[in-house]
Amino acid sequence: MDANKSLPSSAGGEIAVERARGAGLLVRRDRFRPAEALPWLAALAAFFIFPNQMVLGNQTLIMILFALSLDLILGYAGIVTLGHAAFFGLGAYGAALLITDFGWSEPISGLVCGALVAAIAGFLSGWLLLRYRGLAFLVLTLSTTIMLQQSGNLFRDFTGGYDGIPGVNIAPLFGHFDYDIYGHTYYLYCLGVLLIVFYCMRRIVYSPFGRALVGIRENIDRMNALGSPVHWRLVVAYTISAAVAGIAGALFAQTNAFVTLGVFDFDQSAAVLVMLILGGAGWLYGAFIGAALYMVLQNELAKASPAFWQFGIGLLLIGVVLFVRRGTLPRMLNVSRLLRWRTQP
Amino acid sequence: MVNTIVSILFDGLAWAMFLFIVSIGLSVTMGLMGFVNLAHGAFAMAGGYLVLTTMSAWGVPFLAALAITFVVVGAASVLFERALYARLYGAGELDQVLMTIGLTFMAIATYTYFYGPLTHAVRIPDYLAGQITIGARSFPAYRVFLIVVGAALVAALWYGFDRTNIGAKIRASVDNRRMAQSVGIDVDLLFTITFAVGSGLAALGGGLAIQLLGLTPNFAIIYLVFFLLVVAVGGSGSIWGTLVGALVLGMADTAGKYFFSDAGTFAIYAVAVLILLFKPTGLYGRE
Repeated sequence: MDANKSLPSSAGGEIAVERARGAGLLVRRDRFRPAEALPWLAALAAFFIFPNQMVLGNQTLIMILFALSLDLILGYAGIVTLGHAAFFGLGAYGAALLITDFGWSEPISGLVCGALVAAIAGFLSGWLLLRYRGLAFLVLTLSTTIMLQQSGNLFRDFTGGYDGIPGVNIAPLFGHFDYDIYGHTYYLYCLGVLLIVFYCMRRIVYSPFGRALVGIRENIDRMNALGSPVHWRLVVAYTISAAVAGIAGALFAQTNAFVTLGVFDFDQSAAVLVMLILGGAGWLYGAFIGAALYMVLQNELAKASPAFWQFGIGLLLIGVVLFVRRGTLPRMLNVSRLLRWRTQP
Repeated sequence: MVNTIVSILFDGLAWAMFLFIVSIGLSVTMGLMGFVNLAHGAFAMAGGYLVLTTMSAWGVPFLAALAITFVVVGAASVLFERALYARLYGAGELDQVLMTIGLTFMAIATYTYFYGPLTHAVRIPDYLAGQITIGARSFPAYRVFLIVVGAALVAALWYGFDRTNIGAKIRASVDNRRMAQSVGIDVDLLFTITFAVGSGLAALGGGLAIQLLGLTPNFAIIYLVFFLLVVAVGGSGSIWGTLVGALVLGMADTAGKYFFSDAGTFAIYAVAVLILLFKPTGLYGRE
């Protein structure tokens, strides 16, 4: 305002107009755009066009949710972790044990239970580990995840060990909608959960809290100097991310009716990272594009040979890092223009 | 009780020597360029398969196969370093992590395609197969051999690092890369050389490990975690740090498996996490 007054009046008018336009853009930054309906329409279209592919569709929706959870801490807050599978696994076990050990099979409360277990673990590990950076943080997240997996094996009376927990059968949704063997109900159930969680995530990343996370990603020293409670912001983001990953894990356990300690594998942490990077981190829709691309490619290539699939994903990953630069795949396809200008990670 | 302790110390030492041989290259890579190289385990795996092929297909003796592997994988790693790694020296750790995970996936897929997913074993020469009696006790000859090789490498690397011109340049570059560059040290060339030697040593370690661990394509990921732990616990860029890290973790792992066989490899992670919580830059790392 003061800067405005010191300018000559003729230029001041133009600047004021520009400034109002800029402010308008900022205010409307989080407004929904028509193109944002596209992923949801695609998901519904898939439901009607490929009714026999619902199992794959289910897995894809769950992985989208998982990748979405990683986007909050990797894409927005800039935390590179190699142990995100821990929260997915805890969510899966939280939901599975609620049914098999406590005999409570209502699905929504199973999700809440999975989210809670993962969130508590996320809060504790985040509080402890987020003060570390670089190699130490990578190794600590990787190690704690493996330790979780091994404790699962140690208490195999409770968790079933590597043999897993069979018979994770949930009660009908809302006490009314039962599940068919083709997975149609599961699909709509997952889609509904994804929609709700996505809406919450979108609110979070466009809130002042979300802006603060981006600030931490861009320049952590400056955020510290500004007096921003960096550590606590990161812990909160990490906890939210863990809870969402826990929901994804709970859905995984419920829709597969089975869970093993394999959910804690490093491959799982790596896969979700790869998905998010393929789609682009830091704009929420990367999770949708990346997970869908990954799951469909995996389904097609692994039919030929699992080795082809692994080779292909490795090649794709190196190509994206070296030649496309991270996260610009969607920009090349020009979809980010349609959906939203994304923040550069 | 004494017997138990001797066994643990002996097995732990042999295991630590393996960890040291493979991890030293990773440690120098981290220290010199800050490069998080998750494909280091893939070089070790490649070494294992090369030893296997040279021995079974061409009938090369075991020790010669190890030497060939060291040279060939070391030389081949230069191609990767120049073509892929060099592009990411200034980049963030995320790009490095992703690129090297991609490389690891491709390596695993390639070796699965050609060698199959099953475990391979190697026929070690007779003089390494039996027991060696030292004093009142006898020890497996292969582990004694491993310890001797490890000790020889520690001595050689110490000499190289501490007593030669190129070693002094490496230490200077780890301490302060920009300062080293400004006094005229060609850090890029230095890095290529250390990368080649480090990858060669990883391959050598991979070849040595077949007898202990068996060899599957998943070697590249399963044991990578241990190498990362050794480097993180020891502190990157330091030969003594890597040695101490390998000894601490090797002993902890052996003792853990011995006393709490149910808990598997839990002990090695618990010890590593505890050390890292108090010393995030590692035992010999600089703040």
